[in-house]
Amino acid sequence: MTSASPPLLSIEHLTKAYPGVVANSNVSFAIQPGEVHALLGENGAGKSTLVKMIYGLVKPDSGAMHLMGEPYAPHEPSEARRRGVAMVFQHFSLFEALDVAENITLGMEDPPKRRDLAERIRTVSHEYGLPLDPSRLIGELSAGERQRVEIIRCLLQNPKLLIMDEPTSVLTPQEVDILFTTLRTLSSEGTAILYISHKLEEIRALCDAATVLRLGKVVGECTPRESTAREMAELMVGGSLHTPERAPGAEPGDVLVEMKNLSLPSPTQFGTSLKDVSLQVRSGEVMGIGGVAGNGQDELLSVISGEAPVAPGHLFVDGEDIGPLGPEARRRLGVLTAPEERLGHAAAPDMSLVENAALTAITREKLAKNGFLDWGATRSFAERIIQSFDVRTPNADVAARALSGGNLQKFVIGREVLQKPRVLVVNQPTWGVDAAAAASIRQALLDLAQGGSAVIVISQDLDEIMEVADRFAALNGGKLSAPRLTQGLTIDEIGLMLGGAHDMEKAHAAE
Amino acid sequence: MAGISLELLLAALMVAATPILLAAIGETVVEKSGVLNLGVEGMMITGAICGFAVAVETGSPTLGFLGAALGGAVLSLIFAFLTQVLLSNQVATGLALTLFGLGFSALIGQSYAGVKPPPTGDIDFGPLSDIPFIGPVVFSHDIMVYVGILATAAVWAFLRYTRAGLILKAVGESHDAAHALGYKVVRIRILAIAFGGAMAGLGGAYISLVRVPQWTEGMTAGAGWIALALVVFGAWKPWRVLIGAWLFGGITVLQLNLQAAGIAVPVELLSMSPYLVTILVLVIMSADKRRAALNAPASLGRVFHATS
Repeated sequence: MTSASPPLLSIEHLTKAYPGVVANSNVSFAIQPGEVHALLGENGAGKSTLVKMIYGLVKPDSGAMHLMGEPYAPHEPSEARRRGVAMVFQHFSLFEALDVAENITLGMEDPPKRRDLAERIRTVSHEYGLPLDPSRLIGELSAGERQRVEIIRCLLQNPKLLIMDEPTSVLTPQEVDILFTTLRTLSSEGTAILYISHKLEEIRALCDAATVLRLGKVVGECTPRESTAREMAELMVGGSLHTPERAPGAEPGDVLVEMKNLSLPSPTQFGTSLKDVSLQVRSGEVMGIGGVAGNGQDELLSVISGEAPVAPGHLFVDGEDIGPLGPEARRRLGVLTAPEERLGHAAAPDMSLVENAALTAITREKLAKNGFLDWGATRSFAERIIQSFDVRTPNADVAARALSGGNLQKFVIGREVLQKPRVLVVNQPTWGVDAAAAASIRQALLDLAQGGSAVIVISQDLDEIMEVADRFAALNGGKLSAPRLTQGLTIDEIGLMLGGAHDMEKAHAAE
Repeated sequence: MAGISLELLLAALMVAATPILLAAIGETVVEKSGVLNLGVEGMMITGAICGFAVAVETGSPTLGFLGAALGGAVLSLIFAFLTQVLLSNQVATGLALTLFGLGFSALIGQSYAGVKPPPTGDIDFGPLSDIPFIGPVVFSHDIMVYVGILATAAVWAFLRYTRAGLILKAVGESHDAAHALGYKVVRIRILAIAFGGAMAGLGGAYISLVRVPQWTEGMTAGAGWIALALVVFGAWKPWRVLIGAWLFGGITVLQLNLQAAGIAVPVELLSMSPYLVTILVLVIMSADKRRAALNAPASLGRVFHATS
């Protein structure tokens, strides 16, 4: 500490070990007031543990922290909040059955009276261009709006340090812009921001400094504006990074999947109805479908997977009408899907990876004989997934729940890809997955298309769609736009196709 | 039907509803915190014998009720320790608690069979109880009837207006989110479980000290299960739980009156009727999936294991 004014937060030699893993080893860095500081690293590099220590959720084994020159060792989050440290979680810490004001109250130390609080929520949320109605239930809000609740909850406490864990993964480009404007305003007011993200271009656009973690250790620091995304990614991985490649000149084949004026009323209260969706996907083609969460993505996937059967005459694979068929019959035809929600939808949380491998692959991989499971074959299939998709797990008998999100995602995608589907639909294939693993998942999707399958990638990550998809269509309020070739499409044009974020733009313009 | 007086029916209904009301209000708080304690029956019967024993030994029904609350709470703390600290399955543990409570109470109760407890007097409301109709129905009961109604009001106000109540609901809604915000999930749930145990104990003691009043083995006879059903029936809302308790109490009293009036319906069918009506109402309630799902605490019955 040679500078005249002490850093806002300095972290000195923090170490935290869990049984079997050292999550953080001798980590040191400093954050200056008003600085936007990025924390980079692959899944499992120890970013979450580190921020949990800063937020008082985890106690370090050794090392020290100083906040504005004073010793800082929060025992619990409320102490961290009192000292001016606030956090926006990756998985929102919100309560669906409670309203916005109640949720915000719960995250505050001395909440004002409800009526005053509601007023302050309105004022502050408009000030920062993130309008919110205090009396709405969280369950009725979109992911982007939920994030606003988290952010406003933090802002109401005038934090000196705001920690943000993967804040943009659920936002449209416009919403990201608005978020960044908000964060820049905050930073100019002197609030420091510790920003965790896998999206390196965002970090280059936003952050002043970056600390890179690998396997729990600080392996480098850089100034994001002066380095390329590739350099940062390689620093994270500790080697060179492979970019997914498309073999040039591949001509799409015949139409494999066809939807004709398909409509589906929403099965749940908070769901979206599909309206008159028509689409053709050819063999050898990757179709990208973008849109903000909650615009019908889950419903579209369930229509193709067979979870939500439709009347005959609307859904064809290879000319065969599969509308009324169930998931198992469709798998037999080679129609496979990987839904977004990993735990509970794509995988059974408390079952082992071997059992989970069997769940969707019994038919195509012939894992059962005369109604009896062939555990040997199932195990080797699971191990093949773990091997080819670099799933980091002690062995195949671990419960799905025990894997980190990124690793489970690799397993879930790998399970479907290795079954050599003719049609594969994936929803958010690289959600929460680090750069290297995301690249390998995308490569696998491209290879699959190369081999003559039709691949539909539903994603909110537009960079991802631009990277893998041949054509792009936007899903908005359950309606699918006409597809366009991704080549030559700009991010701004896509943003317009997505619609979304109108109210936020207006609020921003009104500032 | 002429033999049935509405006045007496309503007055008896308030008394018949009190034990299940007390237990159900306690369980409402427990379930709002995200814990499903199926041991209500066991805690009620334990409260019944603890209250009975203390009242007989000290001669004071008040001390008896306090002893019952304590007994129920202590038993519920076994459940709390097993499910919150040792992370055992809540359904299995709750069922075990019921079986344990039934056996345990029978053991303590051996020397109390046939003993008469000290009487619990009605509150003297003075001239109020002389008001025609309203007097006998509303102002002619013992203190526990009013405790039950006050508890309903208190729990309602607690859940609706206090910060502690909001935190309790938050813990029941998403224990992970509550933990991430720094709330002590386990501690809050243990307190809720203890409150539920104390209320179930009071309900049990009301049966052994006021309604019957004497000690017989297994005398709660399923009241704990009815209390559990009432919580769902009331959609985890205290006032609706109260209405449910009165409804159930009313049917119980009515079927007794019908039997006494010699209606030509098999007695067994009449005795079944409160339970049949309960099942029927529960089915109707849960048919509307959306509403049931919105009201139920989202973390109900899920084991909370702090990962960090």
